[in-house]
Amino acid sequence: MFARLPDLKERAVVRLTVDGRAIEARAGESVAAALLLSGVLVVRTTPVSGAPRGPFCMMGVCFDCLVSIDGEPNRQACMVTVRDGMQVERMQGARKVDP
Amino acid sequence: MTVADAVIIGGGIQGCSAALHLARLGAKAVVLEMAHAGRHASGVNAGGVRTLGRHMAEVPLAVAALEAWHRIGDLVDDDCGFESVGQVMVAETDAELTRMRSRAEDLSHAGFLHEEPIDSADLRRLVPAVADHCVGGLVARRDGAANPFRATLAFKRKAESLGARVREGVRALGIERVPGGWEVDTDDGRIAAPAVINAAGAWADRFAAQMGDPVPLQAIAPMLMVTAPMPRFVEPVVIGGGRTLSFKQFRNGTVLVGGGHRGRADRASQRTVLDWRELSVNAESACALFPIMRTARVVRAWAGIEGRMPDDIPVIGPSGRQDGAFHAFGFSAHGFQLAPIVGAVIADLVTSGRSRLPIEPFRIGRFRAAAG
Amino acid sequence: MRDSMIDVAVIGGGPAGLAAAATCAEAGLTTYLIDEQASPGGQIYRAIADTPVADRAILGADYWRGEALVAAFQRSGAVHLASALAWDVTPDLEVAVSVGGGSRFLRARRVIIASGALERPMPVPGWTLPGVMTVGAGQILLKSSGAVPSGRVVLAGCGPLLYLLAAQYRRAGAEVALILDTTPAANFKRALRHLPEFLLAGSYLAKGAELLLSAQRSVEIVRGVDSIVAAGEGQLRSVRYNVRGQEREVSADLLLLHQGVVPNVNLSMAIGCAHDWDGEQLCWSPRLDAWSNATVGGVAIAGDGAGIGGAAAAAERGRIAALDAARHLGVLSEAQRDLRAAGPRAALRRAMRGRRFLDLLYAPAPSFRVPADNAVACRCEEVVARQIRDCVALGVPGPNQMKSFLRCGMGPCQGRLCGLTVTETIAAARGVAPGMVGHYRIRPPIKPITLGEIALLPKSEAAIKAVARG
Ligand SMILES: Cc1cc2nc3c(=O)[nH]c(=O)nc-3n(C[C@H](O)[C@H](O)[C@H](O)COP(=O)(O)OP(=O)(O)OC[C@H]3O[C@@H](n4cnc5c(N)ncnc54)[C@H](O)[C@@H]3O)c2cc1C
Ligand SMILES: Cc1cc2nc3c(=O)[nH]c(=O)nc-3n(C[C@H](O)[C@H](O)[C@H](O)COP(=O)(O)OP(=O)(O)OC[C@H]3O[C@@H](n4cnc5c(N)ncnc54)[C@H](O)[C@@H]3O)c2cc1C
Ligand code: FES
Repeated sequence: MFARLPDLKERAVVRLTVDGRAIEARAGESVAAALLLSGVLVVRTTPVSGAPRGPFCMMGVCFDCLVSIDGEPNRQACMVTVRDGMQVERMQGARKVDP
Repeated sequence: MTVADAVIIGGGIQGCSAALHLARLGAKAVVLEMAHAGRHASGVNAGGVRTLGRHMAEVPLAVAALEAWHRIGDLVDDDCGFESVGQVMVAETDAELTRMRSRAEDLSHAGFLHEEPIDSADLRRLVPAVADHCVGGLVARRDGAANPFRATLAFKRKAESLGARVREGVRALGIERVPGGWEVDTDDGRIAAPAVINAAGAWADRFAAQMGDPVPLQAIAPMLMVTAPMPRFVEPVVIGGGRTLSFKQFRNGTVLVGGGHRGRADRASQRTVLDWRELSVNAESACALFPIMRTARVVRAWAGIEGRMPDDIPVIGPSGRQDGAFHAFGFSAHGFQLAPIVGAVIADLVTSGRSRLPIEPFRIGRFRAAAG
Repeated sequence: MRDSMIDVAVIGGGPAGLAAAATCAEAGLTTYLIDEQASPGGQIYRAIADTPVADRAILGADYWRGEALVAAFQRSGAVHLASALAWDVTPDLEVAVSVGGGSRFLRARRVIIASGALERPMPVPGWTLPGVMTVGAGQILLKSSGAVPSGRVVLAGCGPLLYLLAAQYRRAGAEVALILDTTPAANFKRALRHLPEFLLAGSYLAKGAELLLSAQRSVEIVRGVDSIVAAGEGQLRSVRYNVRGQEREVSADLLLLHQGVVPNVNLSMAIGCAHDWDGEQLCWSPRLDAWSNATVGGVAIAGDGAGIGGAAAAAERGRIAALDAARHLGVLSEAQRDLRAAGPRAALRRAMRGRRFLDLLYAPAPSFRVPADNAVACRCEEVVARQIRDCVALGVPGPNQMKSFLRCGMGPCQGRLCGLTVTETIAAARGVAPGMVGHYRIRPPIKPITLGEIALLPKSEAAIKAVARG
């Protein structure tokens, strides 16, 4: 649904996983941008009705992009910058229980 | 000049309950509420319907009130979101557990069986997510929680349907003794009635003084925090034995964390300011009892303005000085649960001069020496 | 005491915050700029220091104008706290700041809030579907990641930003299939009497015309659209819309909505600043004096967070608020302040010329602000407009009381995305002005932070001082 422009300034490749699957992003991108650019549109289902949601505002307002990052649930994917080795999990309804 | 059977100052749950019970006895009250019904303590509290761990003097009222909560629909035509999920007090040390056991014993000697001691295994059955070090506790199985604003509104609506008038946005400015009763001056005219009831919450000391009953009331601002939805991990309301903590998870997964930690109350502006140093202690307690809470996200914190008495029990009863004047205030952060019964007691007192339950410990005269 | 305190905390790193912080620091004040974004720039100049977009023509000259502002800020000696959220300001001006999962208090002598704007919600049925985003979101993806949409893209709504993004996409070579313009035809008549003033502000006109022409050359534009539905199961598939009584449907992979921007007032509301309903901009704005001071002592508000004025005005308002802070803190006399403020004030007047015309011309239609019964108003708690109307019928008078019944506004977004909708829907149902209905009582933390983070906050006076010094 989104693609990077062909003639961008060079940015380092950053590798992260989404539900265990490896994806590539560019340094400086937000987690939400990285997800959208690798074709992940739905990042969670809502706790109220279980409806699917994806990033909506990209500026930290709507909280529709909530994901679990490195084990910490309910983080705004659009406000967190990608890091190598980051583990992102999509959230089902209310957050998962921690061990 | 308006005339009524009684004027009630304060449209919190206490004022609305008094109006409702008076109406049931055929007396039409006018309730004066400077903001809107439930704007203050009654609408923003934790909704805890708790007999567990009450001051001994409050136990008879609390037990009677609990019965009323179980049949709350009969009283106000709404279930008020009441759920009898039980309340559990957690003991973190053996010393705490011993204290709880002897308390349950004392209560049973007095004829009250609603608090049961539980051991560590029982505790884990009731509250599986509790931290490993907890050793047992006390449970009141019929306790629970309700939706405070909805409950207050239900009391108000039912009172109105039975003939009471709730005048929102009308402030009582002062009261004056007149032959045969009282006149209350408001910012929207005067009202006369044979009886006046002071249910003005954290603002009640002013009217008490005008009735000749000065009291050392302190306006406090207990704070609460609520989190984003968590997986369901606790059913009953949980309170701390050794620390001030109250903890409740709603059906939608959100968790309410409180415990009477106080912010700043400003009665004049009707606003509160949160104190994060205090909430931090509260948060630490919650994480200590429920390690799963560490990564829970706090979505909002707030405080309500409440009247507190030096001995942490309310003032309920007639004026010590004047006929036709009654008090119901100073609930010291646990008056929501008592409302269905306190309203009935006040209505008894206004109409017959007698109370159905013992209210001696709550008499206003107990502060006479202190307040001068 | 003094050494544990900073002079000025500026909250927000857009043009207003950058200009305010630079002005304060240049006046010799210890200044911290606290901004939630990873790099300075705010919304208009987002990612200006590190955008991967190489072709400067794509984002346009207005964007690159921000470079000078950022450079001046970086020279000024102000401290930049990036990726930092200010989540409360106490009456003693302690700013609660969360950075990297930990919070601390910064004690300041003055606070300048430059929290900027949010996009106004556009609650059409289906707007919660994946595949529906905002125009601002599309622009953010372009600025910070050089990302453009692929597939069939529909832009819908009104306001200059809609056409700006269309132009930026065109310059980037990305295709937009359709623009659905919802500007009510009647707006032009209302705006007309402010046209002369708007014409005087020549630059706007040139810019607006250029954007429109550029869009018209490359995209099909449907004007006078009076209803929109995003349709699809679990994901957007098509957009249905109504124009002059005719229902149409187009398939779409991405729908970007926009109907203007409104002040971001969550922080100013949470800390108790008085706000008033602005009947022309149709939003809440903080009550301010001539120097942008709010009703809470020691706090000033500058930029779009104080009422929408655009980027140029935001920077000037930042400077003006900063000069008054410097006067309060004793580094400028009143006369010096007035002298130095003359330039920014003149520039502000120029920047604000034509604003009324724009506000009236692009005022979104009532039907897109007060949604249809089946449209979600509160995205977090999934409350539809009909439920709000039912509650009003029950006698629930305002948004705060409604929370207890519907939970609207109680989710993690804290009413940012439903506040205006709920207030206007209640007002319409009751037949009163939104100002009478009021807004949610917003409470800190203005964004969710973990209980663990709160548990680790300093607990004693001494600890707080140590943290602020460190
Ligand atoms: C955060 C918090 C949590 C709590 N949790 C619990 C709990 O879990 N369980 C429990 O049982 N209790 C709890 N409480 C206590 C409970 O909320 C109160 O004891 C109870 O609501 C008191 O009711 P009230 O009607 O006396 O007070 P209020 O609701 O404060 O009502 C008093 C009313 O009087 C009005 N008033 C004052 N002056 C005037 C005037 N001059 N003219 C007109 N009107 C006036 C005020 O506007 C106010 O609405 C809690 C309290 C707080 C603040
Ligand atoms: C998504 C979007 C895109 C826009 N794009 C353009 C454009 O391309 N061209 C144009 O002319 N106008 C644009 N605007 C309009 C824009 O509001 C103004 O032009 C200008 O950016 C306003 O400047 P400001 O300094 O007032 O606020 P902003 O630029 O909005 O900056 C506010 C900053 O404060 C931060 N912030 C807010 N609250 C806190 C807090 N509590 N703690 C920490 N940080 C905080 C925000 O993250 C943001 O970085 C856009 C608006 C939005 C909402
Ligand atoms: S996409 Fe809206 S908060 Fe992240």
